[in-house]
Amino acid sequence: MEKLFETLKLAAKTLKANKLRSSLTMLGVIIGVTSVILLVSIGSGLKSYITGQLEDLGSNLLMVMPGEMEMGSESSGSMPGAGMAAPKFTMNHQKELQAKGVNIKRVMAYTENNATLAYAGKKHITQVAGVTYEYPDIRNQKAVLGTFFNVSQQESAKKVVVLGATVAEKLFGSENPVGKKITLSESKFTVLGVLEKKGALGGNDMDNQAFIPVPTALDTFEMDYVLAFWVQAKSKEQVEPAKEEVKKILLRTLKDDEFSVIDTKGLLSMVSQILGTLTVALAGIAGISLLVGGIGIMNIMLVSVMERTKEIGLRKAIGATPKIIMTQFLIESIVLSVGGGLIGIILGFSGSVLINQFFPAIVTVWSILLAFLVSVIIGVVFGVMPAARAARLNPIQALRYE
Amino acid sequence: MDSLSMPILRDINLTIKKNEFISIVGPSGSGKSTLMHLIGLLDTPTSGRIFLDNENISQLSEERMAKLRNQKIGFVFQTFNLIPRTSALANVELPLIYAGVPDEQRKERALKMLQAMGLGERVNHFPNQLSGGEQQRVAIARALINNPSLILADEPTGNLDSKTGAQIMEILKKLKKDGNTVVLVTHDLEVAKIADRIIKIYDGKII
Ligand SMILES: Nc1ncnc2c1ncn2[C@@H]1O[C@H](COP(=O)(O)OP(=O)(O)O)[C@@H](O)[C@H]1O
Ligand SMILES: [Mg+2]
Repeated sequence: MEKLFETLKLAAKTLKANKLRSSLTMLGVIIGVTSVILLVSIGSGLKSYITGQLEDLGSNLLMVMPGEMEMGSESSGSMPGAGMAAPKFTMNHQKELQAKGVNIKRVMAYTENNATLAYAGKKHITQVAGVTYEYPDIRNQKAVLGTFFNVSQQESAKKVVVLGATVAEKLFGSENPVGKKITLSESKFTVLGVLEKKGALGGNDMDNQAFIPVPTALDTFEMDYVLAFWVQAKSKEQVEPAKEEVKKILLRTLKDDEFSVIDTKGLLSMVSQILGTLTVALAGIAGISLLVGGIGIMNIMLVSVMERTKEIGLRKAIGATPKIIMTQFLIESIVLSVGGGLIGIILGFSGSVLINQFFPAIVTVWSILLAFLVSVIIGVVFGVMPAARAARLNPIQALRYE
Repeated sequence: MDSLSMPILRDINLTIKKNEFISIVGPSGSGKSTLMHLIGLLDTPTSGRIFLDNENISQLSEERMAKLRNQKIGFVFQTFNLIPRTSALANVELPLIYAGVPDEQRKERALKMLQAMGLGERVNHFPNQLSGGEQQRVAIARALINNPSLILADEPTGNLDSKTGAQIMEILKKLKKDGNTVVLVTHDLEVAKIADRIIKIYDGKII
């Protein structure tokens, strides 16, 4: 124990004597560990953000999206094609689904466009969602000022708008927007209300949206089709039958490959699978830089053994056993890699916290433990060869070495 | 070692008694250092036996050889062989670290030894801040620190001017007087003469 402590002190001293070289050698590990932690944090952050949003939609929901999508976990690796194809959904589909679906509680059509909103000289570009009057119920989000639009306003495609809290603040400041007229994509719209704050999820401000009736959206943005439907089943048990119903009804007018029906559970598992794979892939790429860092350590340790051949011979002559020499050099490489690892963990952690201000990033304990473990392993694996070489040196030849 | 079948030493029969001061003298390449390495457990003989304090040391494991070197042998080399960027004190402490002596005891003993070598003012100097003679005295302190049975000095004055060389010789004589066993290896017969007994070696044989 005493000897191990002495060896540790010796390693620290040797590395300090070669400050520049030691820090450059550590740099490889530092970069590797930092990027592993950063990338894993971003991957996990993204995953929890997206799954959080999906769970937010509610569990009885089905999504009807344009295009064909391979679903379920059995289809490994195939990327979803949905959303890529041009939608062919109309409001008639919505009415049909609503009327004929026995298991369907309600159907909401959905569109999405970016538009410029203007009021009294102030301008704000934001996402305008075309939704139906049920939206506040489905999202469980009330209007804090005024009201949401009703069925008749929707059916007659009235130019009315409900603002998210952020949009209201940007355009009106402390003024009450209800009843005011704003310009939305060159038309005048009456503000009906302001939705309660939902807060930012990750870096994405959920309140930075404006809501108008779907028919109004189709008129305003001159579209023939809606982007997607959200179908709410009457109960959890009815999600599957509802799914079949939706398919049957839509197949009367649409082709098999023109739409996909996805339940949130399936979507969740697919998204988390894709993001999980992505995270592992990113970590793997970052892992390569760790490997390079390890090779850097081995390189420097080999040089160090060479340079200190005479010293090793002398140490052996005065009583150092091969084991002691081995430990000495092994500890040096472990100190390099673990030192680099610890610095990398600190940088990766603070970097993730910083990134999380703009983009969802979650530092995971496993990535830190893994990074630490990997840096210990790198120190051992890449230190063993140089250390063994040092331990094997013949003392006489080492002493004669010039 | 198998690559050269030509023996470097032959028919060596040598006994060194306790508290004896002998010198091994011979021309360069005659095998003096090789003989010293064999006695000092840095090398093993192809054939024949060597005893140190009645223990046969000719076929030992590396671990055991290292331990015996640590406890029974003190080396002094021509090129001093101090560890660079390491203080005189730390250099002298080194054999005690390998012997497992605790920290404070180590410091105290090393300090005393350096003072005995007249280096009390130089304990924190690095080797490159010391003169050749001072470096060799640090090396002698290091050789003595673990109370070895045998002190082996291989051309200890080879890198020193004659005046400092003479100082080192005086130290070796004093070591013998203090009860140590000293083997001095040199190519210089004049230097060799300060020993009690001179072993002449030529072409790997004692003559
Ligand atoms: N590692 C070695 N391999 C082969 N021959 C060696 C080796 N070391 C020394 N020798 C040879 O052994 C002989 C004796 O060397 P050495 O003991 O160093 O002589 P000295 O110390 O008397 O000058 C020399 O001929 C030398 O060339
Ligand atoms: Mg020699």
